[in-house]
Amino acid sequence: MDLQTTIYLVVGASFALYIGIAIWSRAGSTSEFYVAGSGVNPVMNGMATAADWMSAASFISMAGLISNMGYGGGLFLMGWTGGYVLLAMLLAPYLRKFGKFTVPQFIGDRFYSKSASTVAVLCLLVASLTYIIGQMTGVGVAFSRFLGVSSDVGIYVGMGIVFLYAVFGGMKGITYTQVAQYVVLILAYTIPAIFISLQLTGNPIPQLGLGSNLSGQDISLLAKLDQVVTELGFGKYTTSLPGSTLNMFVYTMSLMIGTAGLPHVIMRFFTVPKVSDARLSAGWALVFIAILYTTAPAVAAMAKTNLVRTITPGVVLGKADPFAADAAIKYDERPDWMKRWEKTGLLKFTDKNGDGRIQYYNDATKSADIKAKMDAAGWKGNELSVNADIIVLANPEIALLPNWVIALVAAGGLAAALSTAAGLLMAISAAISHDLVKGIFKPDISEKGELMAGKIAMALSIVVAGYLGLNPPGFAAGTVALAFGIAASSLFPAIMMGIFSKKMNKEGAIAGMLSGLFITLFYVFAHKGIFFIKGTEYLGVIGGANSFFGITPEAFGAIGALVNFAVAFLVDKVTKEPPEHIQHMVEAVRIPRGSKAVDGAH
Amino acid sequence: MKHDSQGYWQATLGLLTKVLIIWFLVSFGAGILFADLLNGIHLGGYPLGFWFAQQGSIYVFIALIFWYAKKMGEIDRRFDVHED
Repeated sequence: MDLQTTIYLVVGASFALYIGIAIWSRAGSTSEFYVAGSGVNPVMNGMATAADWMSAASFISMAGLISNMGYGGGLFLMGWTGGYVLLAMLLAPYLRKFGKFTVPQFIGDRFYSKSASTVAVLCLLVASLTYIIGQMTGVGVAFSRFLGVSSDVGIYVGMGIVFLYAVFGGMKGITYTQVAQYVVLILAYTIPAIFISLQLTGNPIPQLGLGSNLSGQDISLLAKLDQVVTELGFGKYTTSLPGSTLNMFVYTMSLMIGTAGLPHVIMRFFTVPKVSDARLSAGWALVFIAILYTTAPAVAAMAKTNLVRTITPGVVLGKADPFAADAAIKYDERPDWMKRWEKTGLLKFTDKNGDGRIQYYNDATKSADIKAKMDAAGWKGNELSVNADIIVLANPEIALLPNWVIALVAAGGLAAALSTAAGLLMAISAAISHDLVKGIFKPDISEKGELMAGKIAMALSIVVAGYLGLNPPGFAAGTVALAFGIAASSLFPAIMMGIFSKKMNKEGAIAGMLSGLFITLFYVFAHKGIFFIKGTEYLGVIGGANSFFGITPEAFGAIGALVNFAVAFLVDKVTKEPPEHIQHMVEAVRIPRGSKAVDGAH
Repeated sequence: MKHDSQGYWQATLGLLTKVLIIWFLVSFGAGILFADLLNGIHLGGYPLGFWFAQQGSIYVFIALIFWYAKKMGEIDRRFDVHED
């Protein structure tokens, strides 16, 4: 069977599975629609959370980023997993005990203020919408590469599928579909990694393979990689830093608290039956996430090794001199997978010195010694550019794996994008129908009416998300930093203070959220333009790029969170205590006994 | 029924502090601040600091959450505030 037919079959079968599950688990009540009736087993919920959390970015882009960044890429690995420790201990069990449907509802009730809940809805909508644009574009890319349709058609098909199972199934449908999607995506990620690890190191477990010797050599894979990339002028793989140690520290912290504050992740913990299950469920979620996240660094380093080996075979497999005239392969003799990816424009070759061979190295290296060697070899600049996003998708082709593995990777990438899009849509629709329509505009709405409002809100969000996916605003890439920055600087501190400080009052919480949000936006917009409009950057005002101790805008969420905490405590000191019944409510939230099914009543 | 809610909360915060210290030490400590120092030691083919940043801290995080869940269960029962 040819590759295209195999891909159609595997992807088609996976879609049929998702829709079948959605029909089997239709939601009939608001409780089933928002929180799956709080009847999901913690292991299943962990699996669904993992699929919800791991987006197209985790599946497709992360290993490529690590491959380019080396050691520094660890900030994504630690940041996007360490947040679950915070979630499990600081937020999830208490929010589950509180027993309502949404995050803004907790903030509104705890700080006895509609304004507080409206600010929270606003933060939630901005964070979730910016996140969903990336998912829809991811769906488009995956469809167009693998199914041979245009990216636009891909987005329409993706919208249709999500509509079918999210609108009718609600959280119940989404949860069970995500369990299936997790299985598809994790097989798609690990199977090629196992094959590649075997080929390179003889060890089938990628996590161990990364720490093993190269097959037939007495040098470890990482040591060899360090040596080879340093010779080519790149930073040493196992130590290269993103900016400074301080920036890596703050960046990691921002991703951790951003993860813990993202509403679509928090919402997943409302679907388990008990408070103790919420704690366990975070652990299971991390187990399932870790299977991919500990494989990713192996995929990253092995892909880098394979890439350099393809171009300069003698240097990786033997002890050849990379500067020798015949070290690099001839362009005409390049492997087939390179030809296929050249067509997509994600892999590019330009023969700058006209020798017909591919020179791949860092032409911006600061080492004078290496520069001299490069000049002596007659190199005129790096000739190969490799987009980070192709690392995972091209992996099975680079390793010459059978067609069904390539088809599985296609289905896995789509599963990752669709499951996250569905989770985000759920959070958006709950915020609109439950917190805005029922909470503020029409409190006397019937359950049936609210369920309908929820479904309409979700259908509308799918259309908006699809529109943004079709016409991606130029700022799509910069906005992921904003989603994490907002979650970290506004929502996380507010929820945490709501639980851990009995005396925190509404004035403090609102002032904290607004100032955390404002300072983060101020710093991000200074670098990327006001609302990401090109030409409106104001780096002069803050004294140049990364002027705050060399911290990049992506990493600023942690600073915003600090400001949030500080302002909240200062304002809290000079305004009056929260009422008695609120302090009792906090005490009740802290103990597990008396937890009931999540009902969302106001 | 009246519970010793103050004692329960103290015990919870005590456990939280322990977990957060370990959480910080493996990721920000071993993975970032002391990574260079630890890279002198090797775990198989892995420099140790690099291993903590890209593998080890994740394994410790998982262990931490399950340990926390178990300990919290014990605290819940000790202060008689557990569910069912």
